[in-house]
Amino acid sequence: MLEVKNLQVYYGVIQAIKDVSFTVNEGEVIALIGANGAGKTTILHTITGLISAKSGEVLYEGADLQKIPAHKIVSLGIAHVPEGRHVFAQLSVYENLLMGAFTRKDKAEIDESIQSVYKRFPRLQERKNQLAGTLSGGEQQMLAMGRALMSKPKIILMDEPSMGLSPILVAEIFDIIKSISKSGTTVLLVEQNAKKALSIADRAYVLETGKIVLTDDAKKLMDNEQVKKAYLGE
Amino acid sequence: MSFVSYLIKGVSLGSVYSIIALGYTMVYGIAKMLNFAHGDVIMVGGYVIFTVMSMMGLNPVIAVLISIIFCTLLGVTIERVAYKPLRGASSLAVLITAIGVSYLLQNIALLVFGADTKSFSSVITLPALKLADGALTISGETLVTIPICIIIMVALTIFVKKSRTGRSMLAVSEDKAAAVLMGVNVNKTIAITFAIGSSLAAVASALMFSAYPSLTSTSGSMPGIKAFVAAVFGGIGSIPGAMIGGILLGVIEILSRAYISSQLADAIVFMILILVLLVKPTGILGKKMQEKV
Repeated sequence: MLEVKNLQVYYGVIQAIKDVSFTVNEGEVIALIGANGAGKTTILHTITGLISAKSGEVLYEGADLQKIPAHKIVSLGIAHVPEGRHVFAQLSVYENLLMGAFTRKDKAEIDESIQSVYKRFPRLQERKNQLAGTLSGGEQQMLAMGRALMSKPKIILMDEPSMGLSPILVAEIFDIIKSISKSGTTVLLVEQNAKKALSIADRAYVLETGKIVLTDDAKKLMDNEQVKKAYLGE
Repeated sequence: MSFVSYLIKGVSLGSVYSIIALGYTMVYGIAKMLNFAHGDVIMVGGYVIFTVMSMMGLNPVIAVLISIIFCTLLGVTIERVAYKPLRGASSLAVLITAIGVSYLLQNIALLVFGADTKSFSSVITLPALKLADGALTISGETLVTIPICIIIMVALTIFVKKSRTGRSMLAVSEDKAAAVLMGVNVNKTIAITFAIGSSLAAVASALMFSAYPSLTSTSGSMPGIKAFVAAVFGGIGSIPGAMIGGILLGVIEILSRAYISSQLADAIVFMILILVLLVKPTGILGKKMQEKV
């Protein structure tokens, strides 16, 4: 479904991504794990066109995403939940969800999607008229995820959904990711919390300073001595 | 009674400042730049109306409509040619370009229309209203300006809050990258903002030159700068802030002209800007919301 081939990304003269290739198949949950600064966020930003690559390809259902303007990518079925949530603080919860459906036209269908987001996140319904900036970190994460679901994505990219959340909320967020995956959406998950990410992923790639150093089934990676030592703290 | 009359005059002038300030504040909110050529679009609008009405002899309504269309196209063209290539450049480069565009417009006007002051004939034919046995006179210009300002504010507020395009403008002003992820075309949104701001400048120019009818190539710069002060005063980026800032500024200007000194009026206006910036750098309605991590 999504295939990244020999990706090279630079920030000025500094190379952030060095020859990265990976694939995401339909229905999978794929985790990209690695330390801070390994290049995980850069890869997601390159996929959704927020930054452009020096070379390499990003193929989505056969189309080269790098030839498509960034604002048209969401309508192809790719939603991106950015690191740090990036909800629209001055808009209400409801208006944030409407922004998520920006590329959709049918009002009745949009209302339906809003109801299904409210069903998944009852907290958002309780706070639908509140400004997003006044929500707690966990609620903002839920809103960012709900907003991404509003575009009816086939694949959803999630960048550090557990960042800054309490362990209870982290568990809740990961349950939600699992249920999003069960309902048929492919998930590409970027996480520093390797243990949690591997626990819900099918396969995972380990990134170190811009390079993929390891890839395997998530279960096997959890038993890998190197991964255990470097990322699972065992 | 003269105080009331000054007050009404101040609100009327302030309404014009508000309409101009909207252009500054919306462009700042969305493109994060100060379009210092905005005031000169007012001057261009004035010359368009003058040409159509006084030189071609057409009806004032047609003249205003032509001016609105002309200024809208001018604003969009300026953005496309001068500012769009600088997207991502330092804000100083954009600011200098804006000042350059401002001088370009002034000098083109000077070349085309010459240096002599043109006398603008009012587009408003409404007779003045005499109240309290003639002790209080409200000019036709004032009678038109204030309601137009209110209509523009209400319409713009509804547009921004309720329409899809309006919401995309709010989204871009708050978080460009997140707006792109939602599918918003940022370049198109910025162009629409320039179109709205410039068409409002044309409306402001018709109202302003009807009340203050001398027209030269630099006629737009002072009201432009004052409207910028109004936008900062009210809280730059805020639409109701532009309205409040504009009206307060107009009232302060007229009252200081009447009761303190007409020479000092402008100095007082700019002193207020400095004071506001010292006490509340974000302006009356400007606010910064803290980001939660």
